[in-house]
Amino acid sequence: MEPSGRPPRTPAERWLREVHAPARARHGERREVFETSSGIPLDPLYVTDDDAAGPGEFPFTRGIHPTMYRSRLWTMRQYAGYSSPAETNERFRFLLGRGQTGLSVAFDLPTQIGYDSDSPEARGEVGRVGVPISTLDDLDALLDGIPLEAVSISMTINSTAAVLLAFLVALAKRRGIDPKSLRGTVQNDILKEFIARGTQRFPVAPSVRLAVDTIEYATAHLPNFYPISVSGYHIREAGATAVEEVAFTLADGIAYLEAARERGLDLTQVGRRMSFFFNAHNHFFEEIAKFRAARRLWATICRERFAITDDAACQLRFHTQTGGSTLTAQEPANNVVRVAVQALAAVLGGTQSLHTNSSDEALSLPSEDAAQVALRSQQILARESGVTDVVDPLGGSPFIESLTDAVEAGARALIAEIDERGGTVAAIEGGFIRRRIEASAYRAQVAIDSGDATPVGVSADAEIPESPFTLDPTVEETRRRALTEYRAARDPRAVTAARVELERASRAGENILPSLISAVEIGVTLGEIASTLVTVHGEYQGDA
Amino acid sequence: MPEKRTGPIRVLLAKPGLDGHDRGIRLVLRALRDAGMEVIYTGLRATPEGIVKAALAEDVEAIGLSSLSGAHEQHFRRVSELLAEAGAEEIVLFGGGIIPRKDAESLRTAGFSMLYPPGTPLEKIVTDLRAQLRPDDGSAP
Repeated sequence: MEPSGRPPRTPAERWLREVHAPARARHGERREVFETSSGIPLDPLYVTDDDAAGPGEFPFTRGIHPTMYRSRLWTMRQYAGYSSPAETNERFRFLLGRGQTGLSVAFDLPTQIGYDSDSPEARGEVGRVGVPISTLDDLDALLDGIPLEAVSISMTINSTAAVLLAFLVALAKRRGIDPKSLRGTVQNDILKEFIARGTQRFPVAPSVRLAVDTIEYATAHLPNFYPISVSGYHIREAGATAVEEVAFTLADGIAYLEAARERGLDLTQVGRRMSFFFNAHNHFFEEIAKFRAARRLWATICRERFAITDDAACQLRFHTQTGGSTLTAQEPANNVVRVAVQALAAVLGGTQSLHTNSSDEALSLPSEDAAQVALRSQQILARESGVTDVVDPLGGSPFIESLTDAVEAGARALIAEIDERGGTVAAIEGGFIRRRIEASAYRAQVAIDSGDATPVGVSADAEIPESPFTLDPTVEETRRRALTEYRAARDPRAVTAARVELERASRAGENILPSLISAVEIGVTLGEIASTLVTVHGEYQGDA
Repeated sequence: MPEKRTGPIRVLLAKPGLDGHDRGIRLVLRALRDAGMEVIYTGLRATPEGIVKAALAEDVEAIGLSSLSGAHEQHFRRVSELLAEAGAEEIVLFGGGIIPRKDAESLRTAGFSMLYPPGTPLEKIVTDLRAQLRPDDGSAP
């Protein structure tokens, strides 16, 4: 492809020779030749700025991989979960059967906060926004027939992330699979729960401690697993702007790296296993710029603030979900187009995995038909649009580069302000971050209410269609009975001993993952674990 | 017939259950306060018992509940029952969130006269509350 034996004449030639060619040799590309319908050949990269680093080069503005989607498409990972482990398993198989390439588990609120399905706090909430998982048997049923060593599994779980990871490791062992081969992610980003999502159970300090336990255990024992996904998605959904989304997410990332450093962990190892999660919202070009800016700013932070010299540890790899709050309940079919445009922004921004929302999600959990269209939208982008043939196709555009610079500068300034307030945790506890997000949410609402930004197809008295999804009303009772049987079949002394050991390890400040794994193997439930941890750490007391 | 109240409208806003989505309720909080109402907000994970207790202690005229987790049937209905038990049916109930149409119809019979889906203009909530609680103020500037 490139002439050899003489020095490269252009930056593109240098990048092709030094960066792209070795990566292509390692990973291959999907085609021998990429070309348009007219037979115009497409280079992997187009370069206008002679000084800019290329894809795969620090600070990764143009992407973390030199070959990007020419080698491998993003992982298509639809978030799903409801009702019961068995029903969710059916939805998983449906999605995998239609070409989805990774799983993403939505848990119900009791599971996320640490209550079993038969707990009084769980009344009315079981199986509503996700699948209930109280025991190792529940996870086994959820992942029945799914090869843990082959399909990557992402779990949106935070307060109880360590428990779900323990379930997963125990399940691998039960099935005779080496946990080292597990691939996937636990969200494990508790700070943004305090900021925007609201499933925190323990106070801030022990919550961060638990998060670091999970990171420490996974970096030592699960080489293919991402133990944290630092999330801006929910911060954006709560009303933040694109700049605020980047700033607050990276500020959380800084707090986790600081906590890991305090624990004595190797930041190169941690950096290599960190991942991120962003929103793809409406403003097409700003969103593309946002992803590029986030990559550059994070890489710079890793190198400058944490003195991480390993480039791979400075790469911001991320999952994207299209913006749920942009969907309208009125004329829901229009949402298919919103989702497609947002998904395209994520792809042009270089996402590693993607969830596309279903068009009916402003009404209820998605119907099977809408879930299929959402997945198909990704496949159309991937296989039909040709946007996957060139790496960072918009890079070098004066408009995109200028927006990228502006988003980065804005986020950098906000992070400096958080530093002045004593860092991320202080800015969360002092209410600074929440106040900023609320002010932005209010501005956005005023713009909508005044007619300046009213979504298409929405009017004051238009009909809202009936919800496509209804939860089986017997779910809660069925779960309660099953848990009663599960508890009765256990050895009560072993259960008590395991809880005593968990409490001891927590009080001693040890990493609790080993005692969690033993506990779930002998049948201790998620709710029992959480209440043991509450006796040690106490509970988070409201934010009103 | 309860005596006619004057002065600022007093409202309790609450998030019953485990749902953490509070963007909407915080916007409503701000809009009602900007409109001159006195508003108390419970924060996340309020119980129906706690909500009714706070409503009585704070002598509010209206309670607004928000739920986007699908647990509205359980929690909204319980608040309405507890209010009836306390003999405080005159307190106006309203709610917001992702509430399917058929649930909205059944909640209306439980006393939720106003249910606001996502996307409702804030001004509409303010206007509805004023119309219901201070109907005679309509002509005032």
